[in-house]
Amino acid sequence: MRLAIAAGLALATLSAAAYAAEADKPKSESWSFDGVFGRYDRAQLQRGLKVYTTVCASCHGLRQVHYRNLVEVGLTPSEAKAVAAQKEVDEIADDGQIKKRKADLKDRFVSPFPNVQAAAAANNNKAPPDLSLIVKARENGANYLYSLLTGYVAPPADWKEDGKPKKLDTGQHYNKYFPGHVIAMSPPLTADTSVEYPKDGPKPTVEQMAKDVTAFLAWAAEPSMEDRKRTGIKVMLFLLIFVGVFFVIYRRVWKDVH
Amino acid sequence: MAMQPAPQPRWMRWVDSRLPIFGSMAHFNAYPTPKNLNYWWTFGSFAAITLVVMLVTGIVLAMHYTPHVDHAFDSVERIMRDVNHGWLLRYVHANGAAMFFLVVYIHIFRGLYYGSYKAPRELVWWFGIIILLCMMATAFMGYVLPWGQMSYWAAKVITNLFSAIPLVGEGITTWLWGGFAVDNPTLNRFFSLHYLLPFVIVGLVVMHIWSFHAVGNGNPLGIDVKSPKDTLPFHPYYTVKDVFCIGIFLLVFAAFVFFAPNFMGHPDNYIPADSLVTPAHIVPEWYFLPFYAILRATPDILFINAKLAGVIAMFGSILLLFLLPWLDNSKVRSANYRPAYRVAFWLFVIDCIVLGFCGAAAPEGIWLDISRIATAWYFFHFLILVPIIARTERPKPLPFSISEPVVKTAARA
Repeated sequence: MRLAIAAGLALATLSAAAYAAEADKPKSESWSFDGVFGRYDRAQLQRGLKVYTTVCASCHGLRQVHYRNLVEVGLTPSEAKAVAAQKEVDEIADDGQIKKRKADLKDRFVSPFPNVQAAAAANNNKAPPDLSLIVKARENGANYLYSLLTGYVAPPADWKEDGKPKKLDTGQHYNKYFPGHVIAMSPPLTADTSVEYPKDGPKPTVEQMAKDVTAFLAWAAEPSMEDRKRTGIKVMLFLLIFVGVFFVIYRRVWKDVH
Repeated sequence: MAMQPAPQPRWMRWVDSRLPIFGSMAHFNAYPTPKNLNYWWTFGSFAAITLVVMLVTGIVLAMHYTPHVDHAFDSVERIMRDVNHGWLLRYVHANGAAMFFLVVYIHIFRGLYYGSYKAPRELVWWFGIIILLCMMATAFMGYVLPWGQMSYWAAKVITNLFSAIPLVGEGITTWLWGGFAVDNPTLNRFFSLHYLLPFVIVGLVVMHIWSFHAVGNGNPLGIDVKSPKDTLPFHPYYTVKDVFCIGIFLLVFAAFVFFAPNFMGHPDNYIPADSLVTPAHIVPEWYFLPFYAILRATPDILFINAKLAGVIAMFGSILLLFLLPWLDNSKVRSANYRPAYRVAFWLFVIDCIVLGFCGAAAPEGIWLDISRIATAWYFFHFLILVPIIARTERPKPLPFSISEPVVKTAARA
């Protein structure tokens, strides 16, 4: 048994090493939603929403999220309605013609491009991924996303591929954390990025914006997380009592068995 | 020891004289069970309870799921976001599949250690293997339903295996797909079969339980029940023990569902299926990894190409289990009294774990070598080691009866 576990652990280390892609290990940040008692920080989610709508939304959709869900990040229904009203959606009117109307609480977040082909055509033939589930769709989730957003640097001077020096083509960027390092997305958050932050909160530095938008996207990927963990604690407490009671019953029923 | 059953109400007697349903339930209550079963014997009830959990959550999930390539992924996300407690249903169902395999694998290893496949329980063992095969088919098709990247590529890789069959392979693959690629017809039939097979499993579980109720449970000593002193009525002794143990099992299950629901999943399955983008590493769920390793490790063998050889080896690794009652013809059941077999058993456990890690790693370099050695060991264990040990080993002396060793210890004290 012990031998089996030891062999397992040794292999786990080996296979992890075998799998390491050509990218740096993501930074390890602490998040309000980490751990058994983790909660989303509503103020942070609202700042993250601002970063998303001001910066990310020009290329990336968020179609699994509805505007009505913004109430969950602490917006009032009228504030959520105002966010929705910045976008337009198509609607078939009574006369059968397609008309534009302002987006409303019932609508999904409006994607920046009408379809994947249009998104690809406008972005070097590669459609920017929808961000609804990006935190769950990447290894190391929030840590990876935060690292990626803050991982743009100049390529190392001795950057080589197959022994030959490597250079970036136009439309390519170097990122420490992106697998293979070459990423098409230009640095989305820079010192020039201007997102309006509340006066009484943190300053919109690149790190702060990256952290806030990552938290917002973590919420977008798993809005039921708080409910899940809260329910989980109750379930575990119930099961512990259940196990305790049945342990006593079990011992009493068996006490005369030899 | 057996309690006199309370007199039945008249309506129960009315039913029983026509259909002896309450009488059969009384059989379960009084069923004489060896009194020395250890905790490894509770994994069967974990599997049973998990099957029920999977059926209940699955039926409700099916009310909200849409089996269509354009809507499947979004319908799963709708379950996660908008269906009342949909996240709970889905996470219980997804983690339940993994827990099901975990407990069933332990249940099988228990059977291997204590010789549960030996006479007169061969049918119990064979029904168990058929259940395992059905579980694998069900789990695989269920994994395809969310129509994420891993769903799609798993469907593609696994259905493609059938194309390795000479002459008719391509035709079979097209027939399985319902077209010339994995597409909407594939998803539709997978959904249909994913709903059907669990009920087949229920039927097989009935046969599995029935077939050992006829001959009685095995037990850790591996000797037959000699007298009523060796047994206890199933209820209340084993019902309370099982309920207590199920509580502990549910604690582990719940820890995954509520605090690490995606720990055993693959992030790529949160990316919608895309036939034009191949994931960097196509890996199955952890419970298929050992078989995946065997599939990829097998080289060309004589005139059989590597692909076909891999498929044969992979299916053979499970079908081989059907032969185990003959491969191991030792009369002694429990490995506690078989020193050599016991060592072989633990080496086999390690081998399966090694194969699991091989299945997760890319099949190249040192990993391919390890996979090949581990695969060879898998077949060596069953086809050579076990038969030789069975025919040459000198087992330790067996106790006279289940109650005897206990009596002896008591006398010494």
